[in-house]
Amino acid sequence: MTENENITNDPIIICEDVHKWFDDFHVLKGITTTFKKGERAVICGPSGSGKSTFIRTINRLEEHQRGTIIVDGIELSNDLRNINLIRQEVGMVFQQFNLFPHLTNIKNITLGPIQVRKMSKRAAEEAALALLERMDIADQAYKYPAEISGGQQQRVAIARALAMEPKIMLFDEPTSALDPEMISEVLDVMRELAHSGMTMLVVTHEMGFAREVADRIMFFDEGVVIEEAAPADFFDNPQHERTKLFISQTLQH
Amino acid sequence: MENLAITQEVKPPNTSKGPVKWLQDNLFNTWYNTILTFLALVFLFFVFRGIFIWVFTQAEWQVIPANLQILMIGAYPIEQVWRIWIVLYTLFVLLGLSAAVWKGLVLRISTAIAIFGLILLLIPLDIVKNSEIGYATLEYNFNIAYLIFFKRKWLLGGLVLFVVSFFLGRDKNKLKRWVIGGWVLSFPWTMITLHGFGENTVSTTNWGGLLLTLILAAVGIVVCFPLGVLLALGRRSQLPAIKWVSTIYIETTRGVPLITILFMGSIIFPIFMPGDFQLDKVIRAMIALTLFSAAYMAENVRGGLQAIPQGQVEAAQAVGLTYPKTMLFIVLPQALRSVIPAIVGQCISLFKDTSLVTIVGLQDLLGIARSILGNPTWQGLYVELYLFIAAIYFIFCYAMSYVSQKIEADLGIGKH
Repeated sequence: MTENENITNDPIIICEDVHKWFDDFHVLKGITTTFKKGERAVICGPSGSGKSTFIRTINRLEEHQRGTIIVDGIELSNDLRNINLIRQEVGMVFQQFNLFPHLTNIKNITLGPIQVRKMSKRAAEEAALALLERMDIADQAYKYPAEISGGQQQRVAIARALAMEPKIMLFDEPTSALDPEMISEVLDVMRELAHSGMTMLVVTHEMGFAREVADRIMFFDEGVVIEEAAPADFFDNPQHERTKLFISQTLQH
Repeated sequence: MENLAITQEVKPPNTSKGPVKWLQDNLFNTWYNTILTFLALVFLFFVFRGIFIWVFTQAEWQVIPANLQILMIGAYPIEQVWRIWIVLYTLFVLLGLSAAVWKGLVLRISTAIAIFGLILLLIPLDIVKNSEIGYATLEYNFNIAYLIFFKRKWLLGGLVLFVVSFFLGRDKNKLKRWVIGGWVLSFPWTMITLHGFGENTVSTTNWGGLLLTLILAAVGIVVCFPLGVLLALGRRSQLPAIKWVSTIYIETTRGVPLITILFMGSIIFPIFMPGDFQLDKVIRAMIALTLFSAAYMAENVRGGLQAIPQGQVEAAQAVGLTYPKTMLFIVLPQALRSVIPAIVGQCISLFKDTSLVTIVGLQDLLGIARSILGNPTWQGLYVELYLFIAAIYFIFCYAMSYVSQKIEADLGIGKH
């Protein structure tokens, strides 16, 4: 593990007692935590534990019903303007990529900058090509998402999020839908992004990646954070029984 | 490395056979199939001989050229027909420019239309002209129709305009915006040009025939589409007021026959209007047709909207797109493409439904045909006339269907 030299002491996301229900089902039961600028947090836990829901509340894809979330100084409320401001600051990468199938890869990337950031078409395309170069798929720019592999699609999705020049990146199980041979190409890109100083919240089951990149691992179970620690402590000295079980099960194979 | 080449390339077996073999296998393979084949051939021979004899010796086709003018434009005054040509020329220019600017599919469609025009140009109508038409009035009618409405020079002019505007517009991408604007403006322009103003006004009561059918259908299709999209979005809205208004509108409209709505528009609606306020009869029919189709269109579009996965909306929101932009750039393009067949079906249906306006006293293509049959001179010639009308309806409906298939094929590129 390398020390994160980019981490600062400025908080960028502040969550206070965040609750969320799906009808009667209590998904998030009071999450209180702070993420610092430049921090890399990995969120793990069994399925149904609320980890995806939690990062989706940060850009308001899910609405929380109690508590406060403050992102980059803006509190998330029902005010549409605030939501749109925050969404410009927060990039998101989905498990299923969610690329727009009717647009070429480069148009997937330039849509946000042109329509939301009001960039000129030319500047947006130049930036998009640079990003695709960084993702090592510049030659796929003018193809459609259906014409490239899953790993390449996910890298286009990462480029699409980065094109908005976000301050925070959310990853919702970015490698879970990929064939095993494509996982590493996506993780490589994420690793590179981590070293560039991006604030990242990553929901993932890739424990190797977590150990290598994370500053902090949060373990979710049944809507609460039952353990959070630096990777070394988390893997080698877990405190909670549930965590021990999870680690032994995920590291088995 | 040798291990990589375990499999040899094997060609698929050749399963195609010659036509003779096919006949043997499928039509003459047993004694009873052979008998059935011959019986069918005899039957077909008599059917086609009957049709052939009727079409070429018995049918009195002169009813069509003699009435061509009113079939095409109804009671539109002959000395004002130049207005229609102006409209057609405008459309030819726009078509030529669109073909040049967008190329691809638009080019192919416009070329098809131009070729259709060329065929009209080459139809040997003179043969009909020279055949004996006994009645002096007919002679008169026919000559007027031929000389003024169907004058080939005019049509040729249109085709020349098409070609010229195509070459003028080539490689001028900046024109796109203007061409779109031109198409939008072509609607009010058509109405104003056809109607005219001042002394030479042509009242809409004189509009008729194919002209009226096309105007009703074009306005209906063009206006009901955006209306249908809005209603479909409205029905899925989170806001209860919008949702319920859209739902109630769609359900009540779909629950009532079109004839009822046409009657409402033409008879009941004026009763409720203040004294001297008179909305034009044609416009009332247009509104009724449009509102009726919009309800169906809305349900077609909603079907497409439901097929779009939620992840698409989330991804659009995550890059900060607002709701209208999410719909415009992400959801609608995908949703509409998946329901093109249903949308075009609705357009075809609307085109044919325009024939119902006869009931409220408008003389569309079918209405004109019926009034021609009411004329003692042409009594009993309904087969000839209706076949001709059917052919016109078929040409337009099939053209729409063909265009939709091409659009589907064209949009299929990036879709999995």
